[in-house]
Amino acid sequence: MNTDHIVGVSVPRKEGRDKVTGRALYIDDITLPGMLYGATVRSSIPRGKIRKISFGTGIAWDEFVIVSAKDIPGQNCVALIADDQPCLADGVVNHPEEPILLLAHPSQHILPKAVAAIEIEYDPMPALFTIEESEGHTEIIWGKDNTFKSYLIEKGDVDAVWAQADYIVEGEYTTGAQEQLYIENNGVIAVLDVERGITVSGSVQCPYYVHKALMKLCSLPEHKVRVVQTETGGAFGGKEDYPSMIAGHAALLAMKSGKPVKIVYDRMEDMVATTKRHPSRTRHRTAVTREGKLLGGDIEFVVDGGAYATLSSVVLSRGTIHAGGPYYWPSIRIRAKAVATNAPPNGAFRGFGAPQSLFAMERHMDRIAEMVGISPVEIRRRNLLKSGQTTTTEQVIHEPIDLDQLLERGLALSDYRAKKERFQTGNASATRKKGIGIATFLHGAGFTGSGERYLASVVGVEGCADGRVRVLVSSTEFGQGTKTVLCQIAAEELGLPYETVEIAQPDTEQVPNSGPTVASRTVMVVGKLVQSAAHGIRQTLTNAGFLREGYSKEEFSEACTRYIAERGEFKSWARYEPPPGIFWDDEKYRGEAYAAYAWAVYIAEVTVDLTTFSVAVDDFVALQEVGRVLNPVLARGQITGGVAQGIGYALFEKVVWQQGRMLNGQMTNYIMPTSADLPSIRVYFEELGNVHGAFGAKGIGELPMDGPAPAVVNAIKDALGVRFDSIPVLPEDIFQALAADSAAENNSPAPQGAR
Amino acid sequence: MSDPGQREISLVVNREPKKLRAYPMERLLDVLRIQLGLTGVKEGCGEGECGSCSVLIDGVLVNSCLVPILQADGANIITIEGLTEGPQLHPLQQAFLDCGGAQCGICTPGIIMAARYLSSKKPQPTLDDIREGLSGNLCRCTGYAQICEAVSAAAVREDTGRESER
Repeated sequence: MNTDHIVGVSVPRKEGRDKVTGRALYIDDITLPGMLYGATVRSSIPRGKIRKISFGTGIAWDEFVIVSAKDIPGQNCVALIADDQPCLADGVVNHPEEPILLLAHPSQHILPKAVAAIEIEYDPMPALFTIEESEGHTEIIWGKDNTFKSYLIEKGDVDAVWAQADYIVEGEYTTGAQEQLYIENNGVIAVLDVERGITVSGSVQCPYYVHKALMKLCSLPEHKVRVVQTETGGAFGGKEDYPSMIAGHAALLAMKSGKPVKIVYDRMEDMVATTKRHPSRTRHRTAVTREGKLLGGDIEFVVDGGAYATLSSVVLSRGTIHAGGPYYWPSIRIRAKAVATNAPPNGAFRGFGAPQSLFAMERHMDRIAEMVGISPVEIRRRNLLKSGQTTTTEQVIHEPIDLDQLLERGLALSDYRAKKERFQTGNASATRKKGIGIATFLHGAGFTGSGERYLASVVGVEGCADGRVRVLVSSTEFGQGTKTVLCQIAAEELGLPYETVEIAQPDTEQVPNSGPTVASRTVMVVGKLVQSAAHGIRQTLTNAGFLREGYSKEEFSEACTRYIAERGEFKSWARYEPPPGIFWDDEKYRGEAYAAYAWAVYIAEVTVDLTTFSVAVDDFVALQEVGRVLNPVLARGQITGGVAQGIGYALFEKVVWQQGRMLNGQMTNYIMPTSADLPSIRVYFEELGNVHGAFGAKGIGELPMDGPAPAVVNAIKDALGVRFDSIPVLPEDIFQALAADSAAENNSPAPQGAR
Repeated sequence: MSDPGQREISLVVNREPKKLRAYPMERLLDVLRIQLGLTGVKEGCGEGECGSCSVLIDGVLVNSCLVPILQADGANIITIEGLTEGPQLHPLQQAFLDCGGAQCGICTPGIIMAARYLSSKKPQPTLDDIREGLSGNLCRCTGYAQICEAVSAAAVREDTGRESER
């Protein structure tokens, strides 16, 4: 047996060679004979009834395949949770860019002209565009009260704490929409085979979500729908639910035309029509003692779901559970809801609700510190959860985490105290003001509450006749390192070289449903199942007497050959079993919300230039406990990438809305960070391990999205002394806030210590 | 057969002479991808912002989505497929593999071409040179840290290996 460890080592990415040579094939790189190209005709208004559709002159319409809602063989919905979103609008539209008609043609170049030649007349209806308008109920656009979902978490007696409080601190915080901005746009190819049914290949995160949606839409049985993931150029949640829509469209065109149909969005269509991070509003009211101890809090968390339910209930759930941050609350009430507006549905984006509510919590902690008159460090130190205490859902923290020590290490790594002092002295006369800000936070790994139990994921490991091992999962690679790390886990468990293990292409005909590739669950939950299935391979061979412990790679190979010769196919399966002692009450939202949490302290150092009002992040320390790190290079890449998206969320990325439609749907005017905009992001890990994850791993992917925005905005406050409670914070926001601040100062000198 | 709107175009692509017919305003990107099958050249935005379609034209880094094919007539073009002549990885490609410079991989060919261009101008770039040199290429996955490290590492290796290459 191989005694060298594979887990914990930065083995090369499985598909890395194909990626650096340009050989990796993404969906737009694939062309099939006789293939048609598909395009989507979309709504130009936010809400209304479709009165008339006319096909303009100058287009040879008989050359086109045209699909409308009437052509849908099954149910006209994008099946997910509520099934309320039509695949094609039928008579009514509820948001701009809602798909109404589909066109297909052999020439890609004619399609835009054809789309433009279709005129749709509407009877417009009043539309709602903000959380406040939706709450106002001037129009009911979804369900009984425009509310997709609401949650209530209650711990202790919050109503009793206000009388005992030395301070009551209130704040309102808002976050804007954020575009995932994967560099590969959404795309699929659908192929119809009369015998075998429909096959859709493409850029997807969750092949079995698409599979389920296609069965319902096309009215086909399980075995007549096949979904294959091709190399995927980034996803970040943006290819969790939307692929079910575009796959449905391509499938409908393929079924009507009998030909393969490719739909690949251009950048603008992808930006204006597909999902984004939910805009949010969080209100905090907190009772605090004069020592800065939290007594209790009232948190109201609202997210804007857009026009259809899609994933909003689940995004809301994660945001709600994370709303109290990594702090001990003797009592708390969290009221949360997802509301409807007439914008394209918002969806999954790395962090999934947590970046929103944690931005609010971490800004609010700084505000509490200010009121109490202690430092941002002290307010956190006095309230950080300790092992044995309970979270807002009354989950007892069993992990031996010492957040106080984690915070102290973060301060040391960033040289926080010395810098804080130096900046305060230096800023007085400077036109470039410096500041430093902290965020402490947590991120739960895996599906929330009973989610993993319902998913009941299945994983396979196959022993091949030539001694190779194949991992069979529907978990997808889109940059995070799924393929590499799952192979490392199987290789380590089997004591085989990394090169001996490969992973099957996610294809619903070939691999079991290991659940969606979301929620920071792949390494922890799916990885553990891979470990267990790999163990099954080894155990089967040893129990059969084909192999003895201490085996070599060659002996393993011989044992596989013999097993397959004598008994046939050699596959070992593992199905998720909830760990004992896990309790979750879906009604009361109480109990073990997540099997494990990752913990982090992020510290940002900024310079605000008072000539240009721009913010530069000069240094960024990202310190986290994520359990065992299975591949250091990949793990670090997850953190630096997440931090970059978080800095973009805080400082650059603003979706400009007009009547529910994104106005700046281009990379020219929706700005994400370039290599020149980011500091060296310094990444540090603590590795406490985790009993629930493969070889002690926890989830890692979403965590780094949560902390950067509050750390950066807290640093801006430190630099300028002016509060920003909404992100993104653009130079013009800083200009305006400083102008308003100096105007206010001129009118009435601020009382001491009020700011 | 021959469409009068099309023009005959001569190119040298990855050291091979090519003659083809195309409409003058067709994007070089599409000609490379569709007519010549060089799908390592990626389209990310179609407006010159993301750099995924970066190629070298006569040694200069260019977004191929912004170049009408007629403008490239007679040009010498190198794409990711032509970065090296043999099966060996270019030192940049190897460094991207080792350092974690490629995650989802869609921006990788363009970024490697930008890094190749940078190294032709500045064989030993500083971190600031690299950040500046790659700032026309967007990567949403990495936060650029490991990309910059890969470019640095390749510069060191190339420097050591330069003599033997000749």
